Amino acid sequence: MAEPVRVVSKRFGIPDSHTLGVYLEHDGYVALEKALKSMQPADVIEEVKKSALRGRGGAGFPTGMKWSFVPKDSPKPKYIVCNADESEPGTFKDRALMENDPHSLIEGCLIAAYALGSHTCYIYIRGEYGWVQDGMDAAIREAYEKGYCGKNILGTDFSCDVYTHPGAGAYICGEETALLNSLEGKRGHPRIKPPFPAVEGLYGCPTVVNNVETLATVPWIVQHGGDAFRQLGTEKSGGTRLVSVCGHVNKPGVYEIPLGYPMKDLLEKECGGIRNGNKLKAVIPGGSSVPIITAEEAYSVKLDFESIGEVGSMLGSGGVIVMDETADIFESTFRLVHFYKHESCGWCTPCRDGSDWMEQLFDRIAIGGGRQEDLALITSLGKNIEGKSHCALADALVWPITSSMKKFPEDYQRAIERSRKLLHEPAAV
Amino acid sequence: MLTPEREKKIDELLTRYPSSRSALLPALWVAQEQYGWISLELQKYLAIRLGITPEQVREVVTFYSMYNERPVGKYHLQVCCTTPCMLMGSDDVIGYLEKKLDIRRGQTTADGLFTVSQVECLGSCGTAPMLQVNREKYDENLTYEKVDALVDRLRAQAEGGNG
Ligand SMILES: Cc1cc2nc3c(=O)[nH]c(=O)nc-3n(C[C@H](O)[C@H](O)[C@H](O)COP(=O)(O)O)c2cc1C
Ligand code: SF4
Ligand code: FES
Repeated sequence: MAEPVRVVSKRFGIPDSHTLGVYLEHDGYVALEKALKSMQPADVIEEVKKSALRGRGGAGFPTGMKWSFVPKDSPKPKYIVCNADESEPGTFKDRALMENDPHSLIEGCLIAAYALGSHTCYIYIRGEYGWVQDGMDAAIREAYEKGYCGKNILGTDFSCDVYTHPGAGAYICGEETALLNSLEGKRGHPRIKPPFPAVEGLYGCPTVVNNVETLATVPWIVQHGGDAFRQLGTEKSGGTRLVSVCGHVNKPGVYEIPLGYPMKDLLEKECGGIRNGNKLKAVIPGGSSVPIITAEEAYSVKLDFESIGEVGSMLGSGGVIVMDETADIFESTFRLVHFYKHESCGWCTPCRDGSDWMEQLFDRIAIGGGRQEDLALITSLGKNIEGKSHCALADALVWPITSSMKKFPEDYQRAIERSRKLLHEPAAV
Repeated sequence: MLTPEREKKIDELLTRYPSSRSALLPALWVAQEQYGWISLELQKYLAIRLGITPEQVREVVTFYSMYNERPVGKYHLQVCCTTPCMLMGSDDVIGYLEKKLDIRRGQTTADGLFTVSQVECLGSCGTAPMLQVNREKYDENLTYEKVDALVDRLRAQAEGGNG
């Protein structure tokens, strides 16, 4: 087999890959120059459409299509907002990208701005990534000094500013409209859609919100062409993408794979297999919000949007959480319920109160006093939350529960039995 | 209320956005860096500084979990315990810290040096278990020995007065 092509991670591992000098030695800002000097904005959008690039933040929306929703004739300023909030449990690829290759993100932002007629980009970075933001700021300073950012970029009449902006510890601010409110200095409550940000986003102006990896992929597409990128993946899921693998594998980490790559190969070749020679039990393939799949499904599934859909899950944010035979799926799901309850923004009742009640139910089963009927109660409570709330966080709470109850009923049954015993036996002190 | 360099930083932040309110989150970070927490007085000051209402500052401080509404220890040890970290033994790490420092999560040691908190996924799941001290670069792939060494280092740093 040929060496796999690396697109967004091609500079990972090169010494000082985060500096402008090294970036320039490895194709840096070549695509920006090409776009500014030999392409019309519409050509750039066309290439991105051709590439079949789909958003890497979670929803997988086609990027070129999103860009084409931005009105061309609007008199208002337009904004590019990069979503670097990366808070989905299991996901740590955007951090790797910003640490290793900050200039590729800056270049992606600038090309997007050129394509959409924007002159301001904000990179919204989760509050905990303080040093990552410092690194991005240093890279941005370098880019300004050498004329890649700011006024009359590369001697053209295109001007654009790039700024970073810190969050402060709220998972919900990864949701694009909550992020925009947060960027406006408000609480991170999601907005009602429509209007979509492309039409009415930051300060009521047309805004494109894209994930870090999505934007960092754009320079390669512009340099090599949309077709070249698409051919790296499958017909509907173009190109390559980053996955971050964690949990019970020998070599957790960030890997770039072509879409359509077998999960089995990812686990065995890239990640060196399951730790201690244990048996695989379950995989959450796209960040904590997507449905869990069994070992059998994991070993047969391919990592593209369609194939993973066939086993009832999603590629999501590319966070692959691996669990071996020692994992208790009731416990691992309980911890996620706690997460979503903690991160519910409190705006709407089904999610705010429902997540709290859900945690209480799981807690009762965990500490003793759980009843067989609680399983049905969890299911019915889930039905009253899913699809009945203001944003997708509520669905993200319910899917891990319903999928794990369906695929690992014995773990829930064991939890109930344990719970009844706990009630009748005095706890060991 | 802020040092001259920090005031300058806020001036610079205000040039980045068409609306001064947008500078609120970064400005709160600048303030918290100096004081370690965001008092009501500081909130009122920032409201005037940015030309917004105290309520607009307050609603933000109370929404975002990283702004401390009361003083915390000099070193805030934030241990991630979300599922990927849990799978790799984060509960043992936080339990070990609680025992070692003789406090429960959410509490601060009597000498004011350490606060231990349980936090949610920090984007470091591949190097679990892990924790973050204040807003520093993470401490990853933790073992009990590494936790011991970290606490020793922080204590020495505090005594040396260069923390
Ligand atoms: C609760 C919630 C959390 C999200 N968190 C993130 C995040 O941390 N990073 C991200 O890029 N997208 C996140 N998203 C998806 C964004 O809303 C949005 O779809 C994405 O940033 C669009 O960029 P893309 O098309 O390039 O993927 C989240 C969505 C929801 C509902
Ligand atoms: S579903 Fe949850 S997170 Fe989303 S708006 Fe409602 S309360 Fe907030
Ligand atoms: S779950 Fe702990 S860093 Fe992600």
